Amino acid sequence: MSVIVFAETRDQQYKKSTLEAVSYGKEVALKTGGKVIAVSIGGASDAASLGTYGADEVLTLHGTEFTTFSPEVYAAGFAEVCKTHGGKTIIISNTYSGKSIAGRVAVLLQAALATNVVDYPDTTSGFRVKRGVFSGKAFAYVEMQSDIKVIAVTPNSVEIKTYGASGSVSAHQPAGLPAPATRIEDTQTISGKIPLTEAEVVVSAGRGLKGPENWNMVEELAAVLGAATACSKPVSDMHWRPHSEHVGQTGITIKPNLYIAIGISGAIQHLAGVSSSKVIVVINKDAEAPFFKAADYGIVGDVFDVLPKLIQAAKASAAS
Amino acid sequence: MKVLVCMSVVPDTTTKITFTNNDTSFNAQGVQFIMNPYDELALTKALDIAEPAGGTVTILHVGPADAEPVIRKALSMGATDAVRINAVPSDSQFVAAQIAAYAKDKGFDFILTGRESIDYNGGAVCGLLGAMLNIPSISVITQLSVSGQTATIKRDIDGGRETVSCSLPFVASAQKELCEPRIPNMRGIMAARTKPLQVTDPASGTTHVNYVRFELPQPKQGVKMISADNPEELLHLLRNEAKVI
Ligand SMILES: Cc1cc2nc3c(=O)[nH]c(=O)nc-3n(C[C@H](O)[C@H](O)[C@H](O)COP(=O)(O)OP(=O)(O)OC[C@H]3O[C@@H](n4cnc5c(N)ncnc54)[C@H](O)[C@@H]3O)c2cc1C
Ligand SMILES: Nc1ncnc2c1ncn2[C@@H]1O[C@H](COP(=O)(O)O)[C@@H](O)[C@H]1O
Repeated sequence: MSVIVFAETRDQQYKKSTLEAVSYGKEVALKTGGKVIAVSIGGASDAASLGTYGADEVLTLHGTEFTTFSPEVYAAGFAEVCKTHGGKTIIISNTYSGKSIAGRVAVLLQAALATNVVDYPDTTSGFRVKRGVFSGKAFAYVEMQSDIKVIAVTPNSVEIKTYGASGSVSAHQPAGLPAPATRIEDTQTISGKIPLTEAEVVVSAGRGLKGPENWNMVEELAAVLGAATACSKPVSDMHWRPHSEHVGQTGITIKPNLYIAIGISGAIQHLAGVSSSKVIVVINKDAEAPFFKAADYGIVGDVFDVLPKLIQAAKASAAS
Repeated sequence: MKVLVCMSVVPDTTTKITFTNNDTSFNAQGVQFIMNPYDELALTKALDIAEPAGGTVTILHVGPADAEPVIRKALSMGATDAVRINAVPSDSQFVAAQIAAYAKDKGFDFILTGRESIDYNGGAVCGLLGAMLNIPSISVITQLSVSGQTATIKRDIDGGRETVSCSLPFVASAQKELCEPRIPNMRGIMAARTKPLQVTDPASGTTHVNYVRFELPQPKQGVKMISADNPEELLHLLRNEAKVI
């Protein structure tokens, strides 16, 4: 019996969400027993480091079938390892790639599946997880009833813990993999930018910014704070910003440590996607803007006055 | 060309979510139900591809009869026919198993779902269906074109976007930007009244998860206001009080 973690990499390095997933796996193993095996497709320059976060073993999977990301191949290779190592609890990050294999893995293992999981399981009687539902408007406690469980953990939901051990690393070549059915023609990565779903700080702006030409201020504040940028729906609908930045009920749901909302009114659909943020700052010229009710800190003021001052102050404090 | 579009029916986005029976079930009283917004995109895209090719688009919903007005809306947008599998959609795995059982011998060229349903946010049906039907699953797509037996697809990946190609059949899940949702016109609404809506009994299927209890997020403790002339104070609080920067 073991806990098996899908260890996602980016540019041959483990992502922050992967370290969270390993920590999650360790926490489960402490409750249910068994060892923690982290599995990554292809090598990672820091494979042994996963031991620090709770992995007893790190398995790297190799094979020409894995050269490009194909959900059916990745899921098959990973599921095979889960079977041969007696995986009972399978942890995957609730990222785009994680979610695209989670369902397939669950089918291959005849397991119960819970995505969008935001906390450690309660194992006092049975196996109960907490998941986000209604696009951030609520949570549900879900009992997972199968012997094998696949859990997709939302980034920024659990803390990364360290355990001072190092995991043994071994390579493995799964047999009998299907040939990839999808061919990748082109990949565009937004390099140098922090993916919105994984960012710890997000600076977001709405219609109050008046036009796309004013986003340099938003970008500048984000750069000083090491933040990702986001926007409200109308802003992406009007093509002021790319759709990939649209947060809310019909956009991306995020839960950073800090969400700074500038010139956003705080409509229910917007709040749905961001209200799980630990701390919310709202800057709005209208003291009656509904967003202030959902905020921890607020400034009533005109963005064109407040933002330059805030950027300057943030630069000064970053320099000191 | 034969296309299947899977549709979930969800509370309108303005709904204030509440629960009943000791927080064990969603309170549907007074709630307006709509077609899941991502499924509107899936249906629109399916129609845009199938119509010029003289193909058909079947809309499939797993759920009780209350969903029928929403199914009629899908027909008025242009779907050829509809199927309702008469069962409570208890979770993504059960739903996917129903859809797979229905679709497996129907010869669909491709299947579209939404990226996720905005009520239970599983984001899972696409991958589950792919594995159950043993076909490729491509999630969170923003472009789709089909030429002969090959589809070219753009999908969102973590921190970027990818263009992939694959051969039919496949299942993919619709993300914003795929298209603008179609709005039914009068002719569509009239035609929808007489389009076939078939109701079938569910196949056997297991539910692996059980929703025990719901909870609303903790309300905020109240907002601390800071003067617009004192952004230093905000940074100080974020650093030393909230400890988030
Ligand atoms: C089906 C559906 C789904 C939706 N999904 C989403 C979603 O996922 N995400 C989302 O964001 N929205 C969504 N919406 C839209 C939502 O209802 C709101 O319309 C939207 O969030 C408003 O965006 P906004 O706050 O940027 O603009 P507005 O509501 O126009 O607010 C602008 C704010 O900026 C302030 N402001 C103006 N000028 C200044 C200034 N100079 N300085 C400071 N403040 C200023 C104003 O006081 C105001 O509060 C959805 C709507 C529908 C119908
Ligand atoms: N009850 C249902 N009937 C038909 N299709 C569904 C149902 N529930 C979900 N789907 C489809 O699966 C997609 C993703 O749903 P989910 O995995 O529940 O987030 C939805 O956008 C629909 O296309």
